[in-house]
Parts: sequence; structure tokens; C-alpha cells
Amino acid sequence: MNSVHDMGGMHGLGPIPYAAAEPVFHAQWESRVAALFSALGALGRWNTDAVRYRMERMPPDEYLRASYYERWLRALTDLALEAGLISPAELASGRPDPGSARQTPALTPEQAKANLSRNREWGKPEPASARFRPGDAVRARNLHPATHTRLPRYVRGRAGTVERNRGARAFPADGSLGSEETSQHLYLVRFSARELWGEAVNPRDSVHIELYDSYLEPG
Amino acid sequence: MLRWGDAAMEHADHHDHDHSDVPSDVALRVKALESLLVEKGLVDPAALDAIIETYEHKVGPHNGARVVARAWTDAAYKQRLLQDGTAALAELGYAGPQGSIIVVENTDTVHNLIVCTLCSCYPYPVLGLPPVWYKSAAYRSRAVIDPRGVLHELGLDVSPDVEVRVWDSNAEVRYMVLPQRPAGTEHMAEPDLAALVTRDAMIGVAHARPAEALP
Repeated sequence: MNSVHDMGGMHGLGPIPYAAAEPVFHAQWESRVAALFSALGALGRWNTDAVRYRMERMPPDEYLRASYYERWLRALTDLALEAGLISPAELASGRPDPGSARQTPALTPEQAKANLSRNREWGKPEPASARFRPGDAVRARNLHPATHTRLPRYVRGRAGTVERNRGARAFPADGSLGSEETSQHLYLVRFSARELWGEAVNPRDSVHIELYDSYLEPG
Repeated sequence: MLRWGDAAMEHADHHDHDHSDVPSDVALRVKALESLLVEKGLVDPAALDAIIETYEHKVGPHNGARVVARAWTDAAYKQRLLQDGTAALAELGYAGPQGSIIVVENTDTVHNLIVCTLCSCYPYPVLGLPPVWYKSAAYRSRAVIDPRGVLHELGLDVSPDVEVRVWDSNAEVRYMVLPQRPAGTEHMAEPDLAALVTRDAMIGVAHARPAEALP
């Protein structure tokens, strides 16, 4: 969706709030939100793209005003409500609804640590043979889906070159919408900075980004 | 009904450093949500503590620094690292559920810079959780359109003769920069070398610290 999260190439968003050193979390509540996210995510009711799509639907003015973990808190609460893990009444009262079944088992500390320290298999069964090969000229399609996409606006319609085929991956739009996952080849595509931003930029420079098969057409 | 804008509005003036002046309202809301989830048996507070322990102490730039120091001193390891980052990181015990990690090498002719324009993708097994500035709208918006300006703002001027490659990580592929080994470090051992490798150098907004930085 064309919302404010897709900010590559925007101007006017201020100086970079750089700090040479900063704590991992700036307040205790931030660490609890991050941990709740990981623990509830492990229940398998939603995937990463569903989380992203939840945040992307935040009203743009609120998205920009909210801190990072405020956005997470909002997405986590909304996802838990939508998945039926909690009810609006429970959220308002802070107490389980009378008669609501306790859901168990919860993620154990051992499982939690293991989840964070092992590689997950992202590969999916191979779909039909890859349409593109390294070296192929391609163009990012001019698509504007109103739902979740990982095709940022700044590459749409632009010409690039395939550098790698990363193999078959789950297509993000499926997971974000809760439909059955399909797989597509994922490619590393190089765009010259001039193709993206015009003649004023250094002709040597480039942007590299991974794009799914259906985001591309022959260039 | 919760109104999410409220808490943020209270410190809208401070949004450039959004970690400060957090209203207690948010902290209370998080506490209430956690108690509800615990009471429903959906989360175990001990598991939350274990997750936070991992984020605060287990992962972090010290992991990436060890990887870089190894690559600087072991040519075969460096080759494996650039060939298949995920597997080479696993050799040193670093792994995570977020996807594959690709390591890109800075050279005399190429400077690499990592960003995630759409959210906050970051190679956390080796760098930990991303800093506030990396997740900021300012960095996410400008790193792709004006990387040299961003680097200048952060104190690094890259020669016009050097190619700047920006890596916008957006599809369960994460990037880490292998910075150039500083001059005058030929006789240094791995632990000392690792002390020269900063988080910023592995994002690509700085060089590794010079040899003189060590006492």
C-alpha cells in the first residue's frame, strides 16, 4: 500500500537523530513490548508480513508521531485482537473475560531462547522455473496494490539488472492477508542511482534490493 | 477505546529523539497488556525475561566485530563469509530466525551502506537490535536517494571516485558490511582487531577505528 512507511526517497523528515552509543532499550516498557512480540509471534497466529501490514495501516500522521515501540505495541494489540487471543472487553478491563478459557501452554524460556538463536528455513518449494537469470535486464512493474507489498515506490517503473536469484520464497502478500502461502523466486536487483534519481547523482552509485518474480518484467 | 495518538502527541515535540520523555501512560498500558496475557496463559513472564536477556546481552555488535576480525585474519574464512554469510556466521555460533545474512565487502573502490526503507530489517544476530537513528524516518528516507549526504551528515566523506552501493534490505535477506582493515594493524591479534570494529562500520556509516584508537 502507498502509505508513509514506504519512505525511500522522501525529503523533509529532518536530521538523522544519531547517537554514538545508546542502550538497547530506552525504557523498560520497550523491552517488554519487544519480548511480548517475540513470545506471541511464536504462537504462530501471524507471520512477519502480517505484522508489517498491521503497522502499514496505521494512519500516517500517527505512524510518524509514534516512537518505534509505540508502533509495535499498537500492532501487537491489534493482531492479538484480530486473532481472537484477547477480546476488546479484556483489553479495556485488563482482566480475562468471565468464563474465557486460559490458553496454554505458553512459550517456555528455553523455547524462547532457542527460537532467537537458530536459523529459520525460508526456502519454499520451487515454483515454475525462474523467469530471470543473473545479468538479465528487468524493469520493476508499475504496481500499486492497496494491500501489503515489498515493492517500494521508488523502484516502480525503473530499469535494473538481476544480480542473483535468491531461490524460492514465500510471497509476502499471502502471509499478510492470511491466505495460503505461495512461493516465488526472489532476485537481487541492481538499480543505478541515476536511473532512480536522475542526472544529479554520482554515476557510479547504485541501490540493491531484493524483488519477487511478480514484481518484475523483462527490461 | 484506546487512542494511540495520545501518548505520542504528548511528546510530539521530541519525536526526533523519541526515546525520551516517554509518557508513563504507555508503560502502564504495556504492563496491563502483559498481565492480561500472562493471566490468560498466553505468555510466561520468565520467557519474556529470557528474550530480553538475549536482546540485551547475547546479540550485539560484539558478535559482528568478532566475525570481522576473523575475516581480516583468516582469508579462507573471509571467502566463506562473502560466499555464504549465513553459513559462515553459523560457524561462529551466530544464527537467528529472521532470514539469511549477506556480507558485503568495502574496498578501495566500493563503499556499502545498509538501510531498510520499509521498516527496520537489520542483521540482529551479529549487530543486535537496531539503534533509534537507523529506524528513523530521516535515515530510512534519505539513505537511498542521498547516501553521500547521509554519510557526510554522520561524519564520513566518501570520495566521488568510490562507488557507493546502498543495500535496501526488505525481503528476509539481511546485510552486514565487512569494513576495510585499518592500516597499521598487520600484527594485531583478533581480539584487538575486534575492538576496532564498531556497529557503525558494519552498517557502513563509518570506517573501522584506526589502529591508534587502541591504548
